Amino acid sequence: MAAEVAENSCGGLGLMGRILLWLPLALFAALALFFASGLLRPDERVITSKLVGKPLPAFELPQAASDRPPLSSAEFAKGKPRMLNIFASWCVPCAAESSQLLALEKAGVPIDAIAIRDAREDVDAFLARWGNPYDHIGLDARSSVQIALGSSGVPETFIVDGQGRIVHQHIGDIRAEDVPKLIAIWKGAQ
Amino acid sequence: MIAELGLAALWLAAALALLQCVLAGLGLTQSRDDLLSGVRPVAVCQALLCALAFLCLILLFLRSDMSVLLVAMNSHSAKPWLYKFAGAWGNHEGSMLLWVTVMGVAGAGVALLERTLKRDTHMATLGAQALISLGFYAFLLFSSNPFERLAPPAADGQGLNPLLQDPGLAFHPPTLYFGYVGLSVAFSFAVGALVTRTVDAAFARAMRPWVLTAWVMLTIGIVAGSYWAYYELGWGGWWFWDPVENASLMPWLAATALLHSVTVLATRDALRAWTVMLAVIAFSMSMVGTFLVRSGILTSVHAFAVDPERGSFILALLAIYIGGALALFGARVGTVREGKQFEAMSRETWLVVNNLLLTVILGVVLIGTLYPLMTEAFGHKVSVGPPYFNRIAGPLALMLMLAMMAGPLTRWRRDKPGLVAERLIWPALAMAGIAAALGVASWGKIGLLPFLGLVVAGGVALGSIVPLGKRNLRRTPLFVWGMVIAHMGCAVSLAGMAADSAFTTEKLAAMKPGDNVEAAGWSVTFSSVAPVAGENWSAMQADMIAQRGGAEALLNPQNRFFSDPPTTTTESAILTRWDGQLYIVLGDALDDGRWQVRIWWKPFVTLIWLGGLMIAAGGVLTIIGRERRGWLLKLRKIHAGDWG
Repeated sequence: MAAEVAENSCGGLGLMGRILLWLPLALFAALALFFASGLLRPDERVITSKLVGKPLPAFELPQAASDRPPLSSAEFAKGKPRMLNIFASWCVPCAAESSQLLALEKAGVPIDAIAIRDAREDVDAFLARWGNPYDHIGLDARSSVQIALGSSGVPETFIVDGQGRIVHQHIGDIRAEDVPKLIAIWKGAQ
Repeated sequence: MIAELGLAALWLAAALALLQCVLAGLGLTQSRDDLLSGVRPVAVCQALLCALAFLCLILLFLRSDMSVLLVAMNSHSAKPWLYKFAGAWGNHEGSMLLWVTVMGVAGAGVALLERTLKRDTHMATLGAQALISLGFYAFLLFSSNPFERLAPPAADGQGLNPLLQDPGLAFHPPTLYFGYVGLSVAFSFAVGALVTRTVDAAFARAMRPWVLTAWVMLTIGIVAGSYWAYYELGWGGWWFWDPVENASLMPWLAATALLHSVTVLATRDALRAWTVMLAVIAFSMSMVGTFLVRSGILTSVHAFAVDPERGSFILALLAIYIGGALALFGARVGTVREGKQFEAMSRETWLVVNNLLLTVILGVVLIGTLYPLMTEAFGHKVSVGPPYFNRIAGPLALMLMLAMMAGPLTRWRRDKPGLVAERLIWPALAMAGIAAALGVASWGKIGLLPFLGLVVAGGVALGSIVPLGKRNLRRTPLFVWGMVIAHMGCAVSLAGMAADSAFTTEKLAAMKPGDNVEAAGWSVTFSSVAPVAGENWSAMQADMIAQRGGAEALLNPQNRFFSDPPTTTTESAILTRWDGQLYIVLGDALDDGRWQVRIWWKPFVTLIWLGGLMIAAGGVLTIIGRERRGWLLKLRKIHAGDWG
């Protein structure tokens, strides 16, 4: 179709032929505008866990750091909302968010943690260097709890109400500007 | 130091690209020979500097220089050297540097080797090539600098995605890129010919080897990528219609159409405007594909560093280059003289059918790739998967294969339908025979599309050798052999695809050591599982003994764990026999000491990639056959030190 049109239009160019020659450009312009609108649209592809609003999956993890007790899901059903931070000593953004976690702890938020695919001496060294805001730390050597939580990477932070229900999931490192928001959600979960 | 040297070389190369555009542009508009004579040396120097920058990046990766941000983000000192080396292009910045390097090298190739093109068209082509490079240099230097320093240096790198730590990665992306980006030459040729109004048979003959070379590279790259996905991902499939795969398929479809239409133009001086259009579309598809996978506008299993700012930058480049070329097309192609006419029954007609079908398939793939984006604009989230692509593109591809069978058996310009039908009698009988045999043996057991695929593959396999029938095989030109082998490759590949989807047997079992599973005539025994360690990974490795007809073979699928970054991959074990592959994947351990094991028997699946390689080999033979004499002349001239 296009081939014949192009061939025929090369000789005596009718109005149609002339218009057809510009058709590819018009189609491309439409495509480019479509791409541009796609780029401008606010990115709504934030992944939220299907578990928000659902109970925390049951787990019991071994001790991950020498001076902190191990972590089990029972900790989150004791009536007081807590924060659950998923981190790893090998994760650079986890080190970056450490000062925000310390600030949250200072504001009175109890924080527990799960160390993913880690070793005790590495966790100890990490906490000695970057500070330790955690009450309990469990070791998830094979990411099984991480997967049960629907968490896709480190760091991630969950807020769990006193009945063991997940209220909020924060994906990625906590920035300074996220701290007030997280405190508000934690307070709201009381 | 090396990083600074690389960055300096890159800036200099960009400056030379600018100089190349200015020399060509001013030289042509003011008819100044002194300016034009500088274009070719500048093109060569630009390529050398750019290659130097790329070499610097490779060195930085090989030395694990953690004071360079890109190395720290993507490499690790404990990685085997091959993956340090390949890591240089296993990331966004490095691959864009490879992109400009390929553009520069291809441009230098056109500057040095192209002798048949009219001088003005040649200069305009080199100017266009440099103009495109310039945009990508700007992209690298302003928003994707690969040489950025990291202060203070990292203690060690974050490692390369373990899926990419495979010998296949060392060769797959560069090959693909040479094809993908090599198509820029066809684009520049088209722009050059439009600027100087010289779209004719001589232009087509000059452009053909460049199109063929890029197409061969692209074909090899796609075949290698498909095989890599097949054995490395452990999903048993060989093509997933993922946006990144589609991004390489779309330029290939356009380039395949182009290399057929360029032959019509070179041989018969017909399809002038259409050939120019295809040359523009082919590289445009490369750029659109890059935009789609780099901007984050589509989600894909291929995780590229995604950044909206980069997306806007590439979109601006697309708008300038594709928009510019299409505007030039609209303004100029009307002044291109009409090409020669041909009769309804002629080889030209079949090639037009080929072009139309390829273009429609291209449209189908493009729409399928963009569809999720379109519906998202209206608030729905959908993903378009294999059912759509297979059902729409599959029948079109079968029609294309039928045209491929008839085309080479029809004369140029004019032929008698009765004679063409007569030449098609053997392939037609073969198809009827296969259809009857398959129908009796497995009616209702296999789907319609695989059934038709096997039938058509048989017909095309036979049809592709019919053109040799009346020839003296010794005197048959190489390019005819090239066509025969490439077309035969299509049939072989189609047979593999159809056999894989019609006859594959899949078994999913939970096995403990000592267990035995029967699958498609194979008896697989799980004899033991033990830990093994590699340079930067450790794994649980199973010993599986596969038996068929008395013969035994040991397969070692692994569940591999990498520490930097921490990831688990499954390393499938594949046993190749003449009639197919046994494919075993070791999944996770269950709590009771059993392991998840997936076993596939895939009859004749290897034909898919064998056919792909035959297609590429056909392309290589055609290039050699068409260009041998020209090359000898060129070499002699270069030896004589003639630059003019």
